[in-house]
Amino acid sequence: MNVIVCVKQIPDPALPGALDSSTNTLKRDGKLILDESDSYGVEMALQLVDKAGGGEVSLVSMAPNGEVSGLRTALAMGAAKAVLVSDPALQGSDALTTARVLAAAVGRIGGADLVIAATESSDGYTGTVPEQLAEVLGLPSVTFAKHVEIDGSTLKASRQTEDGYDEVECPLPALISVTAGVVEPRYPSFKGIMAAKSKPVDTVTAGDLGVDPVGWAGAGQQISDVAKAPERAAGEIVEDDGEGFAKIVSFLENLKVI
Amino acid sequence: MSDFVPPVADLSFVLRRLAGVESLTGLADFADVGLESLADLLSEAGRFAAEVVAPLNRVGDREGSRLVDGGVVTPTGFAKAWQQYVAAGWAAAPFEPQYGGGGMPWVVAMSIYEMVSGASTAWALCPMLTQGAIHLLTAHGDETQQSTWLPKLVPGEWTATMNLTEPQAGSDVGAVTTRAVPQADGSYRISGQKIFITYGDHDMTDNIVHLVLARTPGAPAGTRGISCFIVPKFVLDAQGRPGPRNAAWCISLEHKLGIHASPTCVMEFDEAEGYLIGEEHAGMRYMFTMMNAARLGVGVEGVGLGERALQQAEQFAAERRQGRAGGSAEPVAIVEHPDVRRMLLTMRALTEAARAICAMTGVAIDQAHHDPDPAQARRAQARADLLTPIAKAWSTDMGNEVAHLGIQVHGGYGFIEETGAAQHARDARITTIYEGTNGIQAIDLVSRKLPMGDGAVAAELYAEIEATVESLGAAGLAPESAALAGSLATLRAATAWLAEHRSTPDDVLAGATPFLRLAGFTVGGWLMGRALLALDGEDEAFAARKRWTASFFLTQLVPQADGLLPAITAGAAPLALP
Repeated sequence: MNVIVCVKQIPDPALPGALDSSTNTLKRDGKLILDESDSYGVEMALQLVDKAGGGEVSLVSMAPNGEVSGLRTALAMGAAKAVLVSDPALQGSDALTTARVLAAAVGRIGGADLVIAATESSDGYTGTVPEQLAEVLGLPSVTFAKHVEIDGSTLKASRQTEDGYDEVECPLPALISVTAGVVEPRYPSFKGIMAAKSKPVDTVTAGDLGVDPVGWAGAGQQISDVAKAPERAAGEIVEDDGEGFAKIVSFLENLKVI
Repeated sequence: MSDFVPPVADLSFVLRRLAGVESLTGLADFADVGLESLADLLSEAGRFAAEVVAPLNRVGDREGSRLVDGGVVTPTGFAKAWQQYVAAGWAAAPFEPQYGGGGMPWVVAMSIYEMVSGASTAWALCPMLTQGAIHLLTAHGDETQQSTWLPKLVPGEWTATMNLTEPQAGSDVGAVTTRAVPQADGSYRISGQKIFITYGDHDMTDNIVHLVLARTPGAPAGTRGISCFIVPKFVLDAQGRPGPRNAAWCISLEHKLGIHASPTCVMEFDEAEGYLIGEEHAGMRYMFTMMNAARLGVGVEGVGLGERALQQAEQFAAERRQGRAGGSAEPVAIVEHPDVRRMLLTMRALTEAARAICAMTGVAIDQAHHDPDPAQARRAQARADLLTPIAKAWSTDMGNEVAHLGIQVHGGYGFIEETGAAQHARDARITTIYEGTNGIQAIDLVSRKLPMGDGAVAAELYAEIEATVESLGAAGLAPESAALAGSLATLRAATAWLAEHRSTPDDVLAGATPFLRLAGFTVGGWLMGRALLALDGEDEAFAARKRWTASFFLTQLVPQADGLLPAITAGAAPLALP
C-alpha cells in the first residue's frame, strides 16, 4: 500500500511570529518545522503501510523557499521520500492554488492508494485544502477522521462530528483528513534521523509541474487589511454573598453550556 | 507547550566552532556515524527533551519515588518516557554499533545529555548511571559478559547502577567491607550493604544490572583489595531472560534536598549471585577508566540546570512588573532594572562558559579513545585528564550559583516552591557532591593533574590561552584581551607557587579549591574569547548575543578570579585552629 501525506512546514510556533508589512502575510523566511498537525497524518500513514505489509509513505509539501527541516523530521519518522514544490512565485497562493500544486505533486509521485492531510494547518487555518485537493484529484474525500482502518480496497473511518462520530466507508484510492489524536505520533529515532539525510527530496517549481498561475496572480483572494486582535475584555468579579452559585449558573446558561 | 527551550543554537555553535567536532570525522571510528546530521540530531533530541522529559520535572519533584512492597515506584510518566527514550534510540546513541549503539562521539552524547538533564535531572540520572556501567563492561568485561549484558544495556532495555558507597566508605572508597565469596561454579556470593545507590531499584525496565565493589576473602586492605562484580536484580535463565529474583534488594529510600524523583537506595546484598569482572583486586582501576566520562557528565548536569534556571528567570523577569525605570509612569517589567539585568547576564555568561568547557573536555575524551596515532591519543588523554576536574567542579559550582541567582531574580516568589525556581537550586545541590566532591576534584587538579609531564600539560594549555589573548588584541578587542591576559598571569603565578610548594602537600591542598575556581574562570574566559573570534558566518542575532555574553564574562567576571591568588598562595597555616 502506498500512501502520500501532505505536510506543511511552518515557522516554529514557540517563537514570536511576525507579519510582512508589505504583503500582510506571515513571515516564513527562517527555519521551518513540521506542522505538528501533520505529524498525525505521517504516523497514520506509517502504521497503515506497516499493517499492509508493504509499500511506502511519500510526502508532498510546498514552500516559498527551499527549506527542508520540517520534511527531514517526517522522513526521520519513517517516510521514504518527498516532493517539495519550492518556488518564490508561490508566495501569496490561496488555498485553491495550494490544492492544485499539491495535486500536481501527488501526481508526480503517482500510484497512491491513499492521500492523507491534516484538517487544517497551524499557521494559516484555512481548513479547505484537503477537500479542494480531493476534488482536483477526482478522489472521494473523508474529512475529520479520528479512526482509520483499511479493509481490502475499502477505507473505513470514524468521522468526528459535533455530537459524536459517523462511521464512513469509501473505496480506495481516496483522500482523508485526520484529526489530532487519530494516532500518537512517534518521535524520530536516532537511526531514523541519520537515515533521513540520504532520503530523496525531489525539489521542483510550480512551472515544472505545469501549474499556472500561482502566487498572488493565481489567488482568488486578496488581503485588504490586517487589524490587531481586540484586547481581551476584563472578566467580571462576583463577590460571593451566599448567592454566588446562582450567578455562575446564569453565566453558564447564557453561554448555553447548561 | 513545554517551559523548556533546548539551547540547540548555542550547543551547535560550541560543538562546531569551539570543540571542532567536525574534525572528529577524520577519525576512522567516527567517519561514517553521520556527524553531518548533527544539527538535525540536536534539534530532535532537544524536542524530545522539551516535550517528553521536561513535563516530568515538577511532577517528579512533588511525587518523588516511593518504596512500595519491596520495590521502587517512580513518579507518574517516568516509565513511559523511558520506553519512548529507548524506542527512539537515544540511550544507544554513543555506544559501539556491534551492541546496537549509534557510535556517536561522547561530546555529542553529552550535548544531548545536557538537554535531557536540563529538562529533568532526576529522570536523566537513570541513563547517566547506565552509561557508566556500559563503559566499564565494554572496557573490562570478558566476551561472555559483554555479549550477555551489553545488548540489553546499550539500547536501554535494562538499566544499570554503580554500587561503591557504604556508610563508612564515601570519599574513602578503600574502606569498603562488602564481601564476595567464590563458589564452585565460578560465580560469587555477594553480601553487604551499599548506600546512595541511584536508581538502585525502579519500575521502568524488567531487569537491573548492579555493578558492585566488594572484597574477596584475604584481599589486601584499602583500594588495592577491591574487586568489581556484576549482580543482576534477576538472575538470567538459560535463554538469557530475567529468571529467579536475586538477593539484591532496595531496603529503604533516602529523603533528600533535591532530585526527589531519582530513587536513592540503600541496597542490601544477602548472598546475592554475582560475577567477577576482569581480575580480582582490580576493581578500583576499572572504576577509574570511566571516571573522566562520568565526571564530565555531572559537570554537564550543572550546565543543564543552569540553562533551565536561566530560562525560567528570564521569563519571569520579562513578565513581572515592579518599580519604575527611565521615568516611566507605570511599573515596568523587572528586566528593565540594571541590577536584574546584571543577574540575568551573569547567569547566561556562566552557563555558556561552562558549556564550552564541558565540550572541550568531551572532545578531548573522544580523541583520547579514538585517535589511531598513539602520540595524539596520549596528548588528548592528558588534556582530558587536566580539564575533567575543572569541567566537573567549576560547571557544577556555577550551576549552583546560577540556580541561586535564579531564585534571587524571582524575589519572594523564588523562595516559595510554586514558581519552580527553588527546585532547580535544590536539584543542583547534589552535583557538587557526587561523583567525587568538588573538593576532591580540586585536590585531583592540584596534586595529580598539574604535575603531569612535569607541568608541561598545563603549560601547553596556558600557551593556547596566550595565543587567544594575542588574537583578541589583534582583533581590536583590547578590554577582553587584557582581562584574559591578567587572569592567565594570575593562573601562571598560582601554578608556579603550587609547584614550588609540592614538598609541603598541606600547603598545596589548602589552596586547591580557590585554584580550581581561578582555572575555571580563565579557561572559560579563553573559550568565550575564542567564541568572539569565531562569529563570522554565524546567524546575526546569535552573534550579537554571543558578543554580549562573552564580553561581559571576560571584562566583568574573569577579573574577579584574580582576587583568588592570596587564598591560593596562603598555605595551610592560616587554616589551623587558633
